[in-house]
Amino acid sequence: MKRRVLGAVLVTAVLVAGAVFVGLRATGARPAEESLDLHSGELVYVDSAGRVRQAGRTGPACQRVDVAAGTLVCLRATAIPAQSEIVVFDSAGERLRLSEWGAPSRARVSPSGNLVMWTVFRAGDSYLGGVGTFSTTAGMYNLRSGEHHGSLEDFTLVVDGVENHADDVNYWGITFARDDRTFYATAASGGKTWLVRGSLDTKVLTSVRENVECPSLSPDGRRIAYKFRSGDLWRLHVLDLDSGADVALAETRHVDDQPQWLDDSFVAYGRDKAVWKVPASGGGSPELVHADAASPAVAR
Amino acid sequence: MYLSSVRSGTPEGGRSHHKISATVIGLGVVSLITDVSAEMVTAVLPLYLVYGLGVGYLQLGAIDGLYTGATALLRLAGGHLADRLQRPKAVALFGYGLSALTKLGFPLAGSSVAGVGLVIGVDRAGKGIRTGPRDAMITLATPQDALGRAFGVHRALDTAGALLGPLVAFGLLSLLVMDYTSVFVVSFCFAVIAVVVLALFVRQPAGTAVRRPGLSWNVVRDRQVRRAILLTALLGVCTVGDMFLFVGVQKSAGLPAGVLPLLPLVTALTFMLAAAPVGKLADRVGRWRVFLAGHVVLFAAYVLVAVSWGGWLAAALVLLGHGVFYACTDGVLMAHVGPLVPEQVRATGLAFVQTGQALARALGAVLFGVAATGLSLAPAFGVFAALLAVAVTVGARW
Repeated sequence: MKRRVLGAVLVTAVLVAGAVFVGLRATGARPAEESLDLHSGELVYVDSAGRVRQAGRTGPACQRVDVAAGTLVCLRATAIPAQSEIVVFDSAGERLRLSEWGAPSRARVSPSGNLVMWTVFRAGDSYLGGVGTFSTTAGMYNLRSGEHHGSLEDFTLVVDGVENHADDVNYWGITFARDDRTFYATAASGGKTWLVRGSLDTKVLTSVRENVECPSLSPDGRRIAYKFRSGDLWRLHVLDLDSGADVALAETRHVDDQPQWLDDSFVAYGRDKAVWKVPASGGGSPELVHADAASPAVAR
Repeated sequence: MYLSSVRSGTPEGGRSHHKISATVIGLGVVSLITDVSAEMVTAVLPLYLVYGLGVGYLQLGAIDGLYTGATALLRLAGGHLADRLQRPKAVALFGYGLSALTKLGFPLAGSSVAGVGLVIGVDRAGKGIRTGPRDAMITLATPQDALGRAFGVHRALDTAGALLGPLVAFGLLSLLVMDYTSVFVVSFCFAVIAVVVLALFVRQPAGTAVRRPGLSWNVVRDRQVRRAILLTALLGVCTVGDMFLFVGVQKSAGLPAGVLPLLPLVTALTFMLAAAPVGKLADRVGRWRVFLAGHVVLFAAYVLVAVSWGGWLAAALVLLGHGVFYACTDGVLMAHVGPLVPEQVRATGLAFVQTGQALARALGAVLFGVAATGLSLAPAFGVFAALLAVAVTVGARW
């Protein structure tokens, strides 16, 4: 009998302690959601509390954010396990909400503001990867036409002139050109990765070059910033699409992010829970843009 | 010496009139609360590593793969220790306590990949250690002819916890905007409550043998036990792995990808509801028979995926079948093997069967991966359905 009383007391004590802890965390100052100025030219990022920030304003809760031409895309986890949602805002407020299976990974808006695209991570659906491996799915949505592609896996992949129908193909990191029809992304299969150029008209993805991950088109549309993998280390590079010239950037440390062009000369990225920038020319050195921040974007 | 009624044969025909013992209910409640705690962490770990710590998925894969083998070995160690010390409850408590402590280890490890890896490893170790002794306690607390139902009730409670955990975790994350620390602290609270319930509300069942067994392979030398281990492993190799089945169903039935996170819930819910009644049925008609019948149901589910019958009805049938398969095999197998193993080495024996099954299923998933890459998804399900049919036939005849 004594044991039961002791047990009941202990269980109650733990429950109360847990409830108090959660209560304290819940009542901590959490800023209300403000509307952001999507044309201000300012830096937009996700802060360490998981909220979108722009100068002094606090926006929605997101894991990844991007802005272009007055359209903001927010990719975030939901209250349902293993589900993400893509929320699109414009100056009038929320415009679209889609749900996807997987954890948030990348989000982008086309330079025109007409298309949003995303990548999610999924656990355990890779065929040969075994325990703990992940696969990715990249999709896009055209806000003007309603054209929705849940996965690039529905497109035809052509690698070095040969159609690739392997089951282990994964896609990530879509980046759009100004024409709203052409895009680039990373395709992976059989341990290799390729930069692919895709077309919404033909639904064909054509390999351009090997070893290019998380591509990001420059504002002038002539260069691609990406991460280059060697072993377990990713390093930022910039590829000139016309000349094929490829230069390693001055950031020598491991970067796992889809780079973002601040303008035609600087590339920004998240590393070690902070946003950094480095010259796109390969010269200079990394500079801290904002501490306690991730997923940089520019409201232009 | 306590004379146990080892191997008086699988009870056929005898209806059980026994109530489920307080020990079994208690262990079920402990498992429920522990699973809430454990699944909370499992569900948020990928997000936490990437967005909480800034660690990539690449490292997570390496962390996770590392411990599959270690867990299997520790399960055997836990089983043996429980038998040798003759204190299954103490060993189980150690396992539960170890896992509870690791919940606080996550925020403390910070963004060190090695630290997080170590914490996950210790958590898995705790899980490995407690499983064998816990199941041994269930068999000790239950009359033989009611074992199926007892394990069924335990597994139903266990699964309820596994269902609730991710919902609690993501509810908290949503409510508190990605406050991972709260998730770990709440998970820790649940784990501590489970340890308190086990320590103070669950009594170690009487009837542990006097002689201390040394470490030996005698358990495996017994013909009937060996047969159970081998057949279980054979059937295990012919299963495709849960995630493959969910993806297979989603693709063959043509469901939108967004519903995939909900498919495992259908399986788990079915398992939870069917576990106790199926366990009772197994006590009446024979546990091995029900165990095999479960694989026949799984065979039918594979066939449905292989023929790519589209639509929600097909998906529902496959998932219901998958849940029934678990209800027919998980606890029922323990109920079948328990009485075959002498009481003084029971925890070791049960651990052997579980380990063999876990390793075989992992191998099955890898083999299915090879088949699916070579053949594409639907035909690979056809091949595994055929393999499963052969394995069930072997299991029924041997």
